[in-house]
Amino acid sequence: MRLSTDEVRHIALLARVGMSDEEIEQMREEMSHILEHFDVLSQVDTEGVEPTGHSADLESVMRDDEVAASRPIEDVLANAPQLEGAFIRVRAVLE
Amino acid sequence: MNPIDVMDLTVGEARGLLDSKRVSSVDLTRAVLDQIESVEAQTRAFVTVTKEVALKQARGADTRIAAGDVGPLTGIPMQLKDNLCTKDVATTCSSRMLEHFVPTYDATVTRHLSDAGAVLVGKGNLDEFAMGSSTESSAFFPTRNPWDLTRVPGGSSGGPATAVAAGECLFALGSDTGGSIRQPAALCGVVGLKPTYGLVSRYGLVAFASSLDQIGPLTKDVADSAIVLNAIAGHDPRDSTSIVHEVPDYTRALGGNIRGLRVGVPTEYFVEGVEPGVEEAVRTATGVFEELGARVVETSLPSSPYAMAVYYIIAPSEASANLARYDGVKYGYLARHADSMWDALEKTRQEGFGPEVKRRIMLGTYALSAGYYDAYYLKAQKVRTLIRREFDEAFKQFDVLVMPTSPSVAFKLGEKTTDPIQMYLNDIFTLPANIAGIPAISLPGGMVDGLPVGLQIMAPRLGEMTLLRAAHAYEQATHWHKMRPDMSKGGNGAMVPG
Repeated sequence: MRLSTDEVRHIALLARVGMSDEEIEQMREEMSHILEHFDVLSQVDTEGVEPTGHSADLESVMRDDEVAASRPIEDVLANAPQLEGAFIRVRAVLE
Repeated sequence: MNPIDVMDLTVGEARGLLDSKRVSSVDLTRAVLDQIESVEAQTRAFVTVTKEVALKQARGADTRIAAGDVGPLTGIPMQLKDNLCTKDVATTCSSRMLEHFVPTYDATVTRHLSDAGAVLVGKGNLDEFAMGSSTESSAFFPTRNPWDLTRVPGGSSGGPATAVAAGECLFALGSDTGGSIRQPAALCGVVGLKPTYGLVSRYGLVAFASSLDQIGPLTKDVADSAIVLNAIAGHDPRDSTSIVHEVPDYTRALGGNIRGLRVGVPTEYFVEGVEPGVEEAVRTATGVFEELGARVVETSLPSSPYAMAVYYIIAPSEASANLARYDGVKYGYLARHADSMWDALEKTRQEGFGPEVKRRIMLGTYALSAGYYDAYYLKAQKVRTLIRREFDEAFKQFDVLVMPTSPSVAFKLGEKTTDPIQMYLNDIFTLPANIAGIPAISLPGGMVDGLPVGLQIMAPRLGEMTLLRAAHAYEQATHWHKMRPDMSKGGNGAMVPG
């Protein structure tokens, strides 16, 4: 499986990871090489096999709806890179 | 009072010293801090040393001990891997992205240990976001193996494994997504336990691959592993994958005999690529099980060769989703020199993440993307089912499975950093346990040219009692867990305590 430069650029866009042209090229090489190793799975017959999403056999957990204290707002804001008063400052979403 | 020999001291032995009032927790904590001071320049096992916190907690522990309010870990110095949240102490994941992140809450395991009176001496180095097998992908610095400073300690819990082996703490907690507790434990000659998925709460563990991640102890011996597991196991309403399960006293597994224990040895774990010294050590170890009265039989897990592809599709897929949260808004690094919101987002992730993390985000994004989902992610999940079934079948015949933890002993720094596949191959024997969600332990099982070999034991889901009983019986019949690196010689050459 050889990836094209455009494919790698598209994945980087989906993942929102900025990359220089050199990084794209190196990623193309490495990902193509790794994907070749994934081809072994095509040898496995999985006809009629259900996928496993989780290793534990989990069931939905229900609990009572109880009122409890929220985290203090200072805690929630403590690690935000840009604040304005009690608000997190973000860049304009609409231009 | 004689100087405390932190290189040799186990948690169990320290308990005796503290309870008999021969040493105080402050004495013990100072001895560990002194050891950190003297060897840390060589090993670099810590991202943060929390000296003030440690001494304060040690004084608190001494007050509790004087009042008779004592548990097995009261006053015992520990290190936590730096992806476990510690309130008011930086939790970096060894990433630029979280370099200045200071949690406002404790992980559930942190809270359990602090309630038990354990003393935090610092936070352990790791591969960035726990993605790696050598601790070389830490954004800050690599950790070095105490047995040979030119070699890696394994990863991603390389800091915790090194800290335990070098006497820089008496026990540590790591996390294991594909072998990140067991492989470094093997390479550093200590005991590393990955519990059953869901036995230990993941609340406050920075997420990597949520269906695989599990927290567990790194210790000098099997008894200590049981003691620490007692303190951290149990249901937590804050982790929806946490199992509701009556937690036994794991120390009751110690000292039992293993006569008649059914031990399976899967042939797929003795293949090309395993170093001859490692194979020989593990074959010798299976002989020890026979001498102890166990019934050792060769068996087969034919889907094992597919585990690596399954893992390196599923783990990056989950990682790409989990790491989408790093957007420079609520916490973490923010690139401020950007033209727009999208530009800020892309630059934040370009500059905040290192190469291995980016590689996995890209692989995961690709595997989940339209057109490839069925061929990669769904296919991997189906093969995951087959691997689980094979283990289920095997455990109808066997109580435990025994195999090497890692195909090699510790390798040189830089030896595998240029080829991701070579690095990924370090995990081939550990990641099946994560895929199946079963418990597995690595314990010292031999030496090759002065470097430790890890023996791995796997048990069925929630089979920790059997796992620890088998591990303890083997350990007590051998002397490998008594071997210590000679830190006075800069970590070259083994030393057996007299």
